[in-house]
Amino acid sequence: MNFLQYLINGISIGSVYAIIALGYTMVYGIAKMLNFAHGDVIMIGAYMSYCATNYLGLHPLVGLVIAMAVCTFLGITIEALAYRPLRGVPSLAVLITAIGVSYFLQNAAQLIWGSAPKNYTSIVSMEPLKIFGGGLVITGEVLITIAASIVIMLALTLFTGKTKMGKAMRAVSEDRDAAQLMGIPVNRTISATFAIGSALAALAGVLLCSTVPTLMPTTGSMPGIRAFTAAVLGGIGSIPGAMLGGILLGIIETLSKAYLSTQFSDAIVFTVLILVLLVKPSGLLGKTVQEKV
Amino acid sequence: MRKNLTRKHRSSNLKTFVLVTAAFIVMQLLSSMGMLKSSVKGQLIPICVYIVLAVSLNLVVGVSGELSLGHAGFMGVGAFTGVVVAASLRNMVGNDIVRLLIAMVCGGVMAGIAGGIIGIPVLRLQGDYLAIVTLAFGEILKNIIGNLYIGTDSSGLHFALDASNIHMEPAGKMILNGPMGTTGVEKIATFGVGFALIIFTLIVVLNLIHSKEGRAIMAIRDNRIAAESVGLNVFSFKIKAFVVSAFLAGTAGALYGLNYSAITASKFDFTTSINILVFVVLGGMGNIFGSVVSATLLYILPEMLRSLYDYRMIMYAIVLIVVMLFTWSPQAKNWIQLASNCGVMKRFLGQRKEAES
Amino acid sequence: MKKVVTMILAAAMMATTFAGCSGNGEATAMKLGASGPLTGSNAVYGNAVQYGMEIAIEELNAKGGLQLELNSQDDEGDVEKAVNAYNTLKDWGMHVMVGPTTTGSANAVAPECAADNMFMLTPSASGADVIKPGDNVFQVCFTDPNQGVASADYFAEHFPDAVIGVIYDSSDLYSAGVFSTFTSEAEAKGLNVVCTEAFTSANKSDLSTQVTKCQAAGADLVFLPFYATEAAQVLSYANKIGYKPTFFGCDGMDGILATEGFDPALAEGLMLLTPFAADGADERTQSFVKKYTEKYDTVPNQFAADAYDAVYAVYQACTQAGVTPDMSPEEVSQKLKAEFTSMTFDGLTGSGMTWDASGAVSKAPMAVVIQNGVYVSAE
Repeated sequence: MNFLQYLINGISIGSVYAIIALGYTMVYGIAKMLNFAHGDVIMIGAYMSYCATNYLGLHPLVGLVIAMAVCTFLGITIEALAYRPLRGVPSLAVLITAIGVSYFLQNAAQLIWGSAPKNYTSIVSMEPLKIFGGGLVITGEVLITIAASIVIMLALTLFTGKTKMGKAMRAVSEDRDAAQLMGIPVNRTISATFAIGSALAALAGVLLCSTVPTLMPTTGSMPGIRAFTAAVLGGIGSIPGAMLGGILLGIIETLSKAYLSTQFSDAIVFTVLILVLLVKPSGLLGKTVQEKV
Repeated sequence: MRKNLTRKHRSSNLKTFVLVTAAFIVMQLLSSMGMLKSSVKGQLIPICVYIVLAVSLNLVVGVSGELSLGHAGFMGVGAFTGVVVAASLRNMVGNDIVRLLIAMVCGGVMAGIAGGIIGIPVLRLQGDYLAIVTLAFGEILKNIIGNLYIGTDSSGLHFALDASNIHMEPAGKMILNGPMGTTGVEKIATFGVGFALIIFTLIVVLNLIHSKEGRAIMAIRDNRIAAESVGLNVFSFKIKAFVVSAFLAGTAGALYGLNYSAITASKFDFTTSINILVFVVLGGMGNIFGSVVSATLLYILPEMLRSLYDYRMIMYAIVLIVVMLFTWSPQAKNWIQLASNCGVMKRFLGQRKEAES
Repeated sequence: MKKVVTMILAAAMMATTFAGCSGNGEATAMKLGASGPLTGSNAVYGNAVQYGMEIAIEELNAKGGLQLELNSQDDEGDVEKAVNAYNTLKDWGMHVMVGPTTTGSANAVAPECAADNMFMLTPSASGADVIKPGDNVFQVCFTDPNQGVASADYFAEHFPDAVIGVIYDSSDLYSAGVFSTFTSEAEAKGLNVVCTEAFTSANKSDLSTQVTKCQAAGADLVFLPFYATEAAQVLSYANKIGYKPTFFGCDGMDGILATEGFDPALAEGLMLLTPFAADGADERTQSFVKKYTEKYDTVPNQFAADAYDAVYAVYQACTQAGVTPDMSPEEVSQKLKAEFTSMTFDGLTGSGMTWDASGAVSKAPMAVVIQNGVYVSAE
């Protein structure tokens, strides 16, 4: 019974990681950069939704839409101002710029909303499901988060597989120069990727804060790193991989806390990650790229 | 061509040594005349530490071309080893400088061993996968150090991973107290030793870069498959660079640990690793002189911005982004080219170029 | 371009290197220095301290007597930055160090103060080692061991048969400090502690497992020696799964009702040992809370109250000992040391506070329980 409860808790936090990781992996796959500011876009999304519902009194779903719109705009702006000028330079330089953007967003959030944490009211108003006479509790947030992560994963897979823009994204991801030669607007495609990634980040922020109610300027940074880990575990660049990596990371984290040690859970989680990568060097579902001479 | 390159390297090396030595002499003189602000004096040793960390990380990231996000973990291993060694030798070694040096060597060796343990399995991975694994190792080291209890009593050192298992004599003294870290550390770090450590690091790293192996490492970075096809052993070179880098980070960590009265494991986290990486990338990958300068300037920058109060860190972020854009962006390079083609800038830069060659 | 940027930065740096002539020649106000995390994940505590001090200084300066001036520096909750901040404050001509906010920073700054004979009074750094380096280092808050022991004793007295679960933050000095003394005292008192679970700053975004483990172990009293931010997560998750033990916290938790957006119903029945409650009935507390809320748009917590008291205590000691702004920090320190160990001080966080020569404060923690969204004495 307890095992099931832990498993559900693990899947719950894991699917939040998965949604964040989906955004990470999209951006990585297409722009070939580690966007360390992704976690902070999540935080901005959560604040936007908080403000819309608590200060403007809007319906939580309207708040979610506003948050997604703002983050989409934010994502496109960040890409245009901070990342686009660095197209074609070593990815490490872009990584450092992304870290600069991350610091900027955190400190801007502190100046705007203050450093005191806000308690986020869950957007899910469903009563928790109590199974086995209360022995097993599944909260509404868990169900919504899991459903959302599956829907998003399927939608993204369909989008990149079937639509014109999605195909353009895959082409840019495959070979940017060749894509450009074939008449694909590379800049616009990358902008669109950031737009989608950031909208997902807003949704992830809302779901993260619905599960874990604390909202402050650094809320996004640790889940961001966990999600990056999850994306790598699943095979960075792979959409189903991000989903699998997120859920697995959540489960490993929870079960190691439950059955091994809460003191050493960080060490255990990362050891598992290392072991997986040693056996499968490009992640669980990652493609092994053959290098050509 | 070959000769030319070597000469260029020599001049760049010379420039680095001259600059570091000159800065050291100036600071020592000012300090002895009592003309330095305490805020500047307090920053001297940490700057030495960060220069060593940046230069050593540059060996892995810039020269060997592997992204490592766990450098602070090695620094932490060195710091805590150094603190424990210095505390245990307290009654045996009277001279503080000797004790500091022993502590730094021990810190370096422990970090080097950690580097070897980590490097042997993970250096087979590539690119961002290596990055995440080094990040993971950094977090593991931090987690373990944060739960490690070390005490000393008449029967020697005691180690435990749980406060209740330490089994010490009541008169014993805790050196490392799990999550509470260490307190009451004797501050035996000195600026002179920091300077010596920088010089040592520069000699080691520059020699390694310009040795036959170093050239091989760079060949591997630029094209691994080509390098392998002419028979260079990728793996052993990478391991060497990684272990040397970890060793140097460990010595710097020991110096760092012995410069503060109290440290905790949480200092040696991902954020610190990232900060060191920022020094390296801003200074230029593989550019040792650049690492020295950028570590110094970026360390001082947030301190200089103190007068901005609430806007300090946001200004730091903006400066970081702008500097990155200006130093790396192709457009910015074009503008500079344009500017240097006309007017005063041309003469200015022309003279500098002459001076450099 | 790189070179131009480098040169500009280097030039600016040189300009700030030299010791200026900014001595205390014509000082008209006592210069109080403070440092705390004003940015980053612990900024809420640093800011609360800064705001509490600002209010105290505003009130005291309005009296027209001894004037005070505050310089509050960001130390990012980091040892290294805290020492830098301290040195910057020294250059500014600080007379008294009223900080740092956090234990980690204070552990490193206190030895500097001891070596310089700079009087240091930390409002909120509660670690046991903070006051050890010298006889000129004092605390306004309880020490962590003090809280751990007090909590265990309180349990032994009021809940002798309780099945106890403990959750603590092993990456935080305050939480780990309270936890470690609580554990040894609980053992000594024979308390039935069935599970002790930790979390770290790296994984605190999910505390559900720790709560579930306490539930599974059958704990009916859960001790939470950490801050309100994480406590809100624990309470909200426990509520979702219908787990209703008695939750018990320390002084770090008192801001919980003031957290914006927090549903007070979640904290119903929560007990805590704290010397300050923002909705206390006495007039001084009410006036402080009113001013603070108006000025900073948030309700003060323990940190703000401790900081407010720290400034008042320094002021009282300065006036009683005849300290004037033209004295050197060493002279000030000599006088304040003597005054602090002999005076009695009434503040927001306790009346009749006294300090012993070690620098520790003696005041009584008070157990309160939250009923219908307000603090009520638990006695």
